[in-house]
Amino acid sequence: MGGKDFGPVDQRDHDRTEWDNRVDAVLKLMLDGRRFRVDELRRAIESLPERDYMSFSYYQKWLAAIRILIVEKGMLSEDEIAARLAQLRGKVTG
Amino acid sequence: MADHHDHDHDDHAPIEEGKAPTEFDLLEQAIRELLIEKEIFSADDLRRQVDKTDSVSPADGAKVVAKAWSDPEFKAQLLADPKTAIEGLGYDVGPAPNLVVLENTATLHHVVVCTLCSCYPRVLLGPPPDWYKSKQYRGRVVIDPRGVLNEFGTQLSDAVEIKVVDSTADMRYLVLPPRPAGTEGMNEEQLAALVTRDCMVGVTFPDSPVN
Amino acid sequence: MSASFKVGQRVLVKEGDPPGHIRTPFFLRGKPGTIETIHGEFRNPEELAYGKDGLPKKPLYLVRFLQKDVWPDYGGAPSDTVCADIYEHWLDAD
Repeated sequence: MGGKDFGPVDQRDHDRTEWDNRVDAVLKLMLDGRRFRVDELRRAIESLPERDYMSFSYYQKWLAAIRILIVEKGMLSEDEIAARLAQLRGKVTG
Repeated sequence: MADHHDHDHDDHAPIEEGKAPTEFDLLEQAIRELLIEKEIFSADDLRRQVDKTDSVSPADGAKVVAKAWSDPEFKAQLLADPKTAIEGLGYDVGPAPNLVVLENTATLHHVVVCTLCSCYPRVLLGPPPDWYKSKQYRGRVVIDPRGVLNEFGTQLSDAVEIKVVDSTADMRYLVLPPRPAGTEGMNEEQLAALVTRDCMVGVTFPDSPVN
Repeated sequence: MSASFKVGQRVLVKEGDPPGHIRTPFFLRGKPGTIETIHGEFRNPEELAYGKDGLPKKPLYLVRFLQKDVWPDYGGAPSDTVCADIYEHWLDAD
């Protein structure tokens, strides 16, 4: 990233949303609980397809990294996550 | 509106009340619920952690800077052994990462970045602002620090060395800015009010006293 | 602690683009610098990123570079510098 020119710095800040705070909290709990190392999370973020790395927001990247590692470490399976997502989507569309 | 050079998910647009949840909203919920069900952590753990993140802000760093400006012994200790100095004020720096304090002077101006991700001295400043995490800042401050500082309203003559510090490992860097002129006789609380988050990253100077 | 380099010593960052999780920024690879600080020894993040223990610890240095040695067309002051924390195994004596 160092040396690349993406234009002027946008100095606006946003108040962290509750969603941001929850992702940040899950991150801290997994680190403090020694489930992940920060190096593993960084590696997981670096492994995201470039399109995602460049377009995901800060907390979206961390959430994507959490997902990669919880599956990698066998805490959850992709099927379990997919099933829960389908369930939640079902509730949304009613 | 900011001129984004690609299709960023806009950090500046908060999710509106009543709007349909996005895939990311659902993913966070799915993962959180499943991890709680699997007893990786509890809902209480999560609530407590959310409260903890909110408890550190740049006001904490400002207190440390104000004390360093007021107390030469503390300043010396802060520069030599910041972890001990700050633990002495009641902060829990934790086992890692390690804190390093960089003093800015009339001839040397440090500015901090993490080009590889977004490492930041959260123990004293809380979470980093959006701009610090942006590719615009991370990309340009190492190659054009004077241009980036100009965008923040900070001009430095060529007689001042600008030293960009890239936090690539476990050290976390905090800038100790110079004490502004016209602050003689101010107490620590008054001094702390002049210390902004941005001056502890190094993109600006502290505020000047109003009178 | 077995740090090979001393404060003030000239070093050259290695070239190369090995796979995996690397914390030596691209823009500094192959560049000449000076040891500014010896931080001590730390577990290797390149291995921690993949769930290994990262031992033995490796010496870590803050290395200082003249901006004009890093960027061919650097437009700032000649005395401007950039620093990064770099592991010993990424450095050679210059």
